[in-house]
Amino acid sequence: MSETLGILATRYFIMAFFAIGGANAIVPEMHRLAVEQMQWMTNADFASYYAIAQATPGPNMLIVTLIGWHAAGLAGALTATAAVCAPGCLLTYVIFRMWDRFKDRPWRAAVQDGLAPVVIGMICASAYLLIRATDQGVVTLAITAVTALVAYFTKWNPLVCLAIAAALGVAGVV
Amino acid sequence: MDLGARGEVAPSPSLAALFTGFLWVSMHAFGGVLPWARRMLVENRRWLAPDEFVETLAFCQFLPGPNIVNMSIAVGGKFRGVPGALAGFLGLMAVPFCLVIAVGVFYAHYGDNPGVRGAFAGVAAAAAGLLTATAAKMAMPMLEHRFVKAAPFLAVAFVAVAIIRIPLHWVIIVLAPLSIAASWRWRK
Repeated sequence: MSETLGILATRYFIMAFFAIGGANAIVPEMHRLAVEQMQWMTNADFASYYAIAQATPGPNMLIVTLIGWHAAGLAGALTATAAVCAPGCLLTYVIFRMWDRFKDRPWRAAVQDGLAPVVIGMICASAYLLIRATDQGVVTLAITAVTALVAYFTKWNPLVCLAIAAALGVAGVV
Repeated sequence: MDLGARGEVAPSPSLAALFTGFLWVSMHAFGGVLPWARRMLVENRRWLAPDEFVETLAFCQFLPGPNIVNMSIAVGGKFRGVPGALAGFLGLMAVPFCLVIAVGVFYAHYGDNPGVRGAFAGVAAAAAGLLTATAAKMAMPMLEHRFVKAAPFLAVAFVAVAIIRIPLHWVIIVLAPLSIAASWRWRK
């Protein structure tokens, strides 16, 4: 148990330094740890946890709370959540005071422009891996496609799509 | 009345106010935290002027972690130092932490029920679609403005992570400096 807590603490702490733009950038890495390496859970469990974190209010980084809970109960949930939040919080607190000095430096723009395509490429990879993980046939793929189109082209609240998808699931269509 | 639009900023909030302010945000944040954070910080409580909010957000986006979590730290720390940062953070995280575990426990107990399993499979598929749309929304403006500089790095990052499955930190450690160097070399 304490070994699991140690893995949760160290791996999520390190991973979190790379979570630029939020949890979505490190979804592939979380998947590698929880499903492939440690085999704490199945692909379907992972996809469900992602969905739960997405559908509940709050940052969707909370998927690590569920992974921690699944691996080691309440202690695991607290450990994983604290570990994944710590790097961003520490860096934010320390650097926020210096930020104003950098505002007009040209290198700041270069760093931002350079990081953006790498980070967005990773988020695309996360989307791809989740589509693969949630694919249970034509109906799930259709739900994914329709939700993506609605979220991209309309200003509707995305919760409508999540609710309809849940209703289809309860009805046994999925 | 949107007093924040006139740029009036209220006096420094107390620790309790920081906690309850971010608690309020977290409890309303179905389908996106950011709109509610602006409402609380700029319009209701007037802790930040509108342009301060945008600057703080850009800063928080730039650092690892969810921008809204970083925002609670930045705003709390700005007014009340370390205790303020903790008050904002705990206010933001307390309810979602408990809620997500409650739903997770429900899933663990009733996950074998075909209806529940179907519902989660449906929601998971929809969530994958949502993320796809978010990825597209982030990628499209960038590709329209600077396709030549951005597209190769985006494509290599995608293939490395999604297809070859190279560990993320190697992808960032190798690609980010190259990409930053390219955008520095060919800056306008």
